[in-house]
Formats: sequence, structure tokens, C-alpha cells
Amino acid sequence: MKRHLTVAALAATTLASLALPAQAQDSVYVPLLTYRTGPFAGSGVHIANGMRDYLEMLNQRDGGIGGAKITIEECETGYDTKKGVECYESMKGKNPVVVNPYSTGITLQLIPKAAVDKIPVLSMAYGLSASADGGNFPWVFNPPATYWDGASVFVKHVAAVEGGLEKLKGKTLGLMHLDAPFGKEPIPVLEALAKKYGFTLKLYPVPAAQMQNQGSQWLAIRRDRVDWIYNQGWGAMNPTAVKEAVKAGFPIDKLVGVWWAGGDDDARAGEAAAKGYKTLNFHNTGNSFPVMQDILKHVFDKNLSQAKREQVGENLYNRGVYNSMLIAEAVRTAQKITGKKAVTGEDVRRGFEALNITDARLKEMGMEGFANSVKLACNDHNGHNKVFVSQWDGSKYVKASDWMDPMKEIVRPLIEQEAKDYVAKDAGWPKRTAPCEKGA
Amino acid sequence: MFYREAGQFKKTYAADMAVFPILQDRIGIAVILIVAAVVIPLTGSTFFISSVMIPFLVFSLAAMGLNIVTGYTGLISLGTGAFMGVGAFACYKLTTIFPNVNIIIWILASGIFSAAIGAAFGLPSLRIKGFYLAVATLAAQFFLEWCFVRVPWLYNYSASGAIQVPQRTLFDVAITGANATPTTRYLVLLGIVVLMTWVASNILHGRIGRTFMAVRDMDIAAELMGIRLLPAKLMAFALSSFYCGVAGAVMMFLWYGGGEAADAFNIRQSFNILFMVIIGGLGSLIGCFLGAALLNIVPIILKFGFPAIGIAIGSETAEHLNHLLVGGLIIFFLIVEPHGLARLWQITKQKLRTWPFPY
Repeated sequence: MKRHLTVAALAATTLASLALPAQAQDSVYVPLLTYRTGPFAGSGVHIANGMRDYLEMLNQRDGGIGGAKITIEECETGYDTKKGVECYESMKGKNPVVVNPYSTGITLQLIPKAAVDKIPVLSMAYGLSASADGGNFPWVFNPPATYWDGASVFVKHVAAVEGGLEKLKGKTLGLMHLDAPFGKEPIPVLEALAKKYGFTLKLYPVPAAQMQNQGSQWLAIRRDRVDWIYNQGWGAMNPTAVKEAVKAGFPIDKLVGVWWAGGDDDARAGEAAAKGYKTLNFHNTGNSFPVMQDILKHVFDKNLSQAKREQVGENLYNRGVYNSMLIAEAVRTAQKITGKKAVTGEDVRRGFEALNITDARLKEMGMEGFANSVKLACNDHNGHNKVFVSQWDGSKYVKASDWMDPMKEIVRPLIEQEAKDYVAKDAGWPKRTAPCEKGA
Repeated sequence: MFYREAGQFKKTYAADMAVFPILQDRIGIAVILIVAAVVIPLTGSTFFISSVMIPFLVFSLAAMGLNIVTGYTGLISLGTGAFMGVGAFACYKLTTIFPNVNIIIWILASGIFSAAIGAAFGLPSLRIKGFYLAVATLAAQFFLEWCFVRVPWLYNYSASGAIQVPQRTLFDVAITGANATPTTRYLVLLGIVVLMTWVASNILHGRIGRTFMAVRDMDIAAELMGIRLLPAKLMAFALSSFYCGVAGAVMMFLWYGGGEAADAFNIRQSFNILFMVIIGGLGSLIGCFLGAALLNIVPIILKFGFPAIGIAIGSETAEHLNHLLVGGLIIFFLIVEPHGLARLWQITKQKLRTWPFPY
């Protein structure tokens, strides 16, 4: 019942804000494309709650961002591209300041539209890796790191555990991936690194229809005597991989997932034996940070959240919070640049390019230790920021390594090449016209 | 009263065999075409045109394709999504290899590739029927879906595996790509759909269509009457896949504008179109439009329509309701009206004709 009331209240406030254009003067409209239904709802619900609750907290605690109230509207995509694009079409007339597609499929659809509709796309550590090239993709942002950065950090982590990059020679590293565009992303980087450091790369694709049946892949992994596995998986594929690794007797602390393979429920599937499972991450877990306490105080104590109290601090919930923090900071930066309260999509695009979240700013937001600094630039829409490895301790993820820089010198040329290819294939691709910010 | 054909005399065989023999129908069609081609582009909002009308027309075309093989010829196909995919990838390859040829020609030509593949997968239909044929077409779905992911040549070796729809113009107006306005894309699509519906209607009312229906009603009897089953069934598969292929090409080029194509043409798409055909009416062209309208527009009304008129309904609640409703509708139609919405329309027509003195 509570949930229904919240939904009703939400819709009512949205309607009210639509009906009163006068109020729209000092508000920013942030639509959230979320998925609480469908095959991937298990992860989607937590992310959706985190994204919502942080923005709601800003509204409750500070009255919005820099005096502009945030109008939050969720639109259900079910992780389905068609429905996601429907959502986008329905809200693009209401002057959104940024759109979060939350699916690589939807992101790919929105990339060509962004420049035409003048709405920036924030695909936080997913989407098209090549869109990190701001010169060719002025409207698309994918901080804090690309999948290619992630794969390079995985190799760095292996080297750190094995005792140095030169120890990689002769080792066998496996990539277990969803057999779809998202899953195949890390292949070029891992191939380049295999050549450079002399390790063998083996690929274990998992077809989307067979996510919960990985018997043959794990048999092959045992046969090939693979030393480390990198798991580029999503949805039901991840808990299955953890379960199968346990069953196959694979050392679980040598199975490292990309950040999207880091749901608390993914690791729980392996029960006690999953202790030691690793995943990459760019934000911390737990609810001890001041920002999480503020969410509990301003959102949960007023019954404004759809989440359960104990879910605050779980990995994917915190990821939603991190995502909304990037939105809020970009809006804040845009307000600072333009001096306006009610910024537009075009202003927020500039805000993203000038985004510089320093350690001091993180402390101010109550996020010290929660996240690392993020800096974007005119032609670098990703930042290739630091990530770390977190490890499942049996009940939660804990930080298991230092913040590590991705191998930018390898990733960046690949990105620029890929961006060039993308633009070359599209005859009508618009040239960048927007000037760069001063000092950015 | 409204549908009384009294006083409408036919003086030639051609007039008697016309698709719309009654004056009222002809007026109705003309009104629908005027509304579709003039009123909607002038008055419809961008959202209405891009999220309601364009998907509706694309799905109508795909449903027409499936209806030819399932409704008219009685052969169940679960490979619709994959055949649409073949059309989309064929169109993408053609337009990237020959960029100077008009895209509309490639959209229509991509159906030929789909037809060839459809005919190849239709071969087992001579030996097997019913569920067994459904399984054989399912194999087509899975095999082609596998190809869409695993053959990088199809998506020009792009790292993301997605296809990009380049900008193409007609009379110097962009009709594909991000710069094409929804109205332009809608009008081009409408033209293609009207043309293909007209062709389908003529084929299905003629000798070929009658062959299909004879095969559907009893294939042994049809064979005894001199219909050769293999060419008839293969023709049905080829024609059906041609329509599906064009539907897939317009879906990618005029609606989606690129993206993860393999994902758009999965098994769920095949089922979705099968439901449209079942709910709309097997063996009826108007049923394709009615089914596509119902299954495409109801979810949008639930999701965006209710909140817009003030009935608060959460986005995810609408999604759950939608699943319940579609499932319920399928069961309802299978039990109460197996001939679908098209049959309901016929009953209405008959009632209108005898109103106010039914007999």
C-alpha cells in the first residue's frame, strides 16, 4: 500500500509540476529511464531506487540543486530498446537536462538523436566506449571509465597478485562474456594486452538465451587450465557464473567481474563458497558515508523511497546514488558557468565538459572514501578515472585493492580510432560546433 | 442501413471482382487514407507520430507477412523476427555498399534476400505440418539470430555490433538518419505500407491467394485439384518473408534508426507478431492492421495516456498491467472469437447493414 501511495504521490507531483508552468521557472527536469520489470529487474530495481533517492534527498535537504528544484520522473523501459525510445520520445518535449538510458541498446539509439534534440546523454560506464571522444560525440558522456579501461585494470590486478606484469607471460586469462555487443566490448583491449605481455587469451561466450546454463563453458575452462577469468556479464548470467565456478572448483578469488557483475545478489547465489568473488568498482559500498545517512534521514524517515532500508549501501543501490551524483554535479557546474538556476540541456552539456569533482568537493558532499575524483574535458568525455577491485566477504562487498589507473596509453588510441570509424560510417554525422570551455 | 448495397449495380466482371465492391467501403478507405496522409502529419504531435503511428505501420507490415503464411496458407511460422532481421541487415549492407542508390529501392530490394532465405527454411513444410513445422521455423529463428551476432561482416565489423543508419535523402529531404523528421519518415513509411497492402490484396484475391487458401483448407484436396504443393508452399514462405524483410528494413531505417539489430529481431519479436495476427484475425488483411493497432497502442495508452489525463498509474504498474491484459486478450480471443478482431468488424458490418430491422 505504501508503495502504491508513493507511486500515486509521485505521479501527482509530476502532474502538478506539468500543470503549473510558472513553477517550472526554477526547476530542472531529470527523467530517469529505469527498469523495474522484465528479465533484468533484479538489478534494475536497486539502481532505480538509488538514482531516485539521491535526487529526492537533494530536494528534501537542499531544496534541489543550487535553488532549482529537481523534477524527477521515472519511465519504465523493462531494459527493452523499443520501450526505452518511447520513453525518450515522450519526455523530450519537457526540456530534460540530461537523459540516462541505463541500457547499452537504448544508448546506441539515443547517440545519433542527442545532437539533433540537444539533450546530453549520460551513459555511466556503459554504452559505446568510443563515445568517450568528445570531439566526435559532443553530446554523449560515459564517465568514470569505459569497459576497455575495466579490462585493462583487470590485467593490472592479475599482475599485482601474480607479482608483476612480467609474470603474466605464459599465464592463461579467460574472458567469459555475454554473446552480445556489450559482452564483446573488452576483446580488442585484452587482445592487445595479450600480445604485449605474452599471456594467452581464451574466450568463453555465453549466448543470451543460455545465460543460466554455463556447464559447457566451465568444462572448457577446466580443460584449458585457465588461471584467471574476467566476467563481462549481466543479469542472470552473473549468479550462474559464480555458482558454476564454485561447482567446477575454480578458485573464486580468481574470478573477477566487470562492475555490472557486482550485484549483491550475484555473489549471494554462490552461498558460502562465493566468499572471495571479485568485481571491479568505482564507488564504495556500505551506508556509513554521510551522504547515505542523509538519504536515510531525509528520504527513508519520510517514507519517500520504494527501497527497503537495509538495501541502502548495497553495491547496485550505491551505483544509482553515484549516477545521480554525476547528474547533480553536472547541473551544478552548468549553473556556475551560466549563472542561471533553471539550466537547459545545452547548459548541462557544457556542465559535463567542465565537470571536475575534486576530493574536497567529495568531502563536502559527504562522499569521502565513497568515490574518487572525476574530471572530464572537452575531448575526453570519460576521464578514464581510477577503479578498484572489491571482494565479496560472504555478506557484502569490501574494497580489496587500491584505486588503480586504467592503462590509458593503450585504451585512448583505440577509442579515438573507433570513434573515427563510427563517424566515417555515418554520412550525415554532424561536426562538432560547440566551443570548448575555457580552462577545460 | 449504413451498409446497404441496394441500388449498386455491377455491369462488368471486373467491377464484381473488385476488392471493395461496395461504395461505402470505397468511401471509408478514401477517408482513412486522407486521415493517414494529410490529417495525421498536419495535426499529430511528434510523440504520436514517432511512437504510435510509425511502430503501428511497421508492425502491420510484419503482421501482413506472417498472415500470408500462417493465416492464408495455414503454415505456422515462428521465424518472423529473424526474417525481419534478414531484411534489415540486407538493407544495411546494400546501402553501405551502394550508397548512391535511393534507400527506398534498397528497402524494397532487401525483401528479396529475406524471401530467398524464407523459401529455404520453408522447404521442410512439404513434409511436416503443425507443431513440427513450428519447430523447424524456430530453428530458422535461432540460426539467423546467431548469425546476426556472430557474422561481423553483417554489421560492417563495428566494435559495438550495432548497425548505424546513415543519412539518406529523397529529393534532397533526409528520410533516414537522425536529421529526418518523424513526419517525413512517417510519410515514406505510409507510402510503402499502402503500396505493399495494395499488392498483397491483389495477390491474395487472385489465383495465387486462392491456391494458398486451398492448401490451407485441405492440402490433399488441393493436390487432387492440380495444385502443386511444393511451389505453392514455397511461394507462401517467400512472399511472407518478403513482407517481413521489408518490415524489418523499415523498422531499422525509418523507425529505430540503427542500434542493436540482433536484439530487435529476437524470438520475442516473432511471438509478438504472431499474437498480432491471432488477435487481429488469421487470414484477413484488415486483421493485420487491427491486431498491430491493439497490441501496439494499448501499452502506450496504459503507460502514457492514463497519466496524461490525470489517472495516476506508475510506469512499472502499467507494464505489469500490460502483460496481464495481452495474455488475457489472447485467451479471450482464442475462446470467444478465434477469427479475431477482423471477424468482429465483419459482424459489425452485417449489423450495420440490417439496422434498424435485423432479421
